[in-house]
Amino acid sequence: MTDEILHLAQDGDALTAVADFVRDWPNMWPSLWLGTQDTIYMVWWATVFSVLFGLPLGVLLVATDKGGLIPAPTVRAVLSAIVNIGRSLPFIVLMVAVLSLTRFLVGTTLGPTAAIVPLSIGAIPFFARLVETSLREVDRGVVEAAHAMGTRRFTIVGKVMLPEAMPGLIAGLVMTVVTLISYSAMAGAIGGGGLGDLAIREGYQRFNDHYLWATVILLVVIVQIAQSLGDLLVRRLSRR
Amino acid sequence: MIDAVGLHKTYRLKKRRVHALNGVDLNVESGEIYGVVGQSGAGKSTLLRSVNLLERPDTGTVRVGDEELTSLRGARLRAARRHIGMVHQHFALLSSRTVAGNVGFPLEVAGVSRSRRATRVGELLELVGLGDKARAYPSQLSGGQKQRVGIARALASDPKVLLSDEATSALDPATTESILALLRRLRDELGLTILLITHEMDVIKRICDSAAIMEDGRFLESGRVLDLIGTPGSLLARSLFPLPDNGGPESVVITYPRSFDEPFMSELTRRFDVDVNILGGGVEQVAGQSVGRLSVDMRGARRTEALTYLSEHGLLVEEAGK
Repeated sequence: MTDEILHLAQDGDALTAVADFVRDWPNMWPSLWLGTQDTIYMVWWATVFSVLFGLPLGVLLVATDKGGLIPAPTVRAVLSAIVNIGRSLPFIVLMVAVLSLTRFLVGTTLGPTAAIVPLSIGAIPFFARLVETSLREVDRGVVEAAHAMGTRRFTIVGKVMLPEAMPGLIAGLVMTVVTLISYSAMAGAIGGGGLGDLAIREGYQRFNDHYLWATVILLVVIVQIAQSLGDLLVRRLSRR
Repeated sequence: MIDAVGLHKTYRLKKRRVHALNGVDLNVESGEIYGVVGQSGAGKSTLLRSVNLLERPDTGTVRVGDEELTSLRGARLRAARRHIGMVHQHFALLSSRTVAGNVGFPLEVAGVSRSRRATRVGELLELVGLGDKARAYPSQLSGGQKQRVGIARALASDPKVLLSDEATSALDPATTESILALLRRLRDELGLTILLITHEMDVIKRICDSAAIMEDGRFLESGRVLDLIGTPGSLLARSLFPLPDNGGPESVVITYPRSFDEPFMSELTRRFDVDVNILGGGVEQVAGQSVGRLSVDMRGARRTEALTYLSEHGLLVEEAGK
């Protein structure tokens, strides 16, 4: 395949560019592989924190609503406002805005570990809203039936609402992961590491198109894999 | 078995105040099937939900068995609810669980061990005729089958009382018939007390021993179905036997509140020399009895005597314009 492309390549041809790119790939691979690992590392931990904080937050948003499990309009209004603030900040601004918090938590503002802080803060409200939406779609009749069977509210969340909303929750999680991958590339702009960092430093600042293309390809592949795995899981969990 | 006194409940809908319950007294005897019928918005759903306190009435008390539910809260209320089964119009099954998982849910919540749960779920599914569906998911079942699962689940913790919230309203006539037959069989076999709400007169006719007609948050009439039918001016009788509205001043509505063998009409014409012309009517099976209602035009000199004769034999006579 590679030979064929090289053979076909003529001077000034579009194929020449492709051939150069393919030839250059082995040279780029060590730093690309490192960038890929960094991206996966950042996205993984940011996803963990998003679920850890976003899931309870989403549950609270639904539970404190009127007609919910523990109606508390004031609490809900406050939570909702916090989530909205988090959602309305462009990620690149949020990243800069939380720099001092990042330094406090991680000790530095550079590198993939430091990037996990703004990534998590950006994704928690995003995932929380998606959780809220999925939970709202759970049949109220089922929740009422659980009450009628003498179920504790905590058990209703754990055994009725979350399992019933599971396909939607997984779909929301996938959407969060995909968003995090794109956020993580932005983190490169302030030295966060990963594929985005590579694209900006090598591709943009040093005019190396090959790095730009390579990072684009790798990001597309990662997103595709995440989306396909998620879709598979959703399909297996759907019983409707 | 169910004793509710002086129930009031008001909602605020936008700026309007809605009296969902406006002084309802409900008394359901042990082992009977009691139907509350009414249009949507009459308050029957609120009434049903007041019995297991899914909605707490503003005033009034609810007793089920020897427990006064209105005085309970928290864990004790939840424990009391486990002895009241509930069946829902749209089944309210967990789509993420199998049939067995759904039926076992109340047991799981009550902390029954896995092995005892499995045994009980098996028994319950046999009871409702779904022994072979344990591993199916609700989405794979028909409406009637889903409601059988709902009934099995409601019976899981061995309740003495079953509440039915329009259990057959989402089902076709044949399936409705089979679910009603199942409810009646369960009452007979398990000695259940069933309180149901419905907007279908047919349900009252087919399985109810007692009934109440509800409108605007109160009972218009209530009591044993056969007694109600034998009461002059009964709304229930009128709803169960729609008669043509073509009677002149001489017309009479005659209700047979139980089965009679005597050939009254031919006897009337012979003994009292009246002319009887049947305008409309019907015979229905109500509460296991054959009950009829006729609208007739009756003329003749001894008309009054004839009508008295009918009344004396236990028939209900209602003359037009009286």
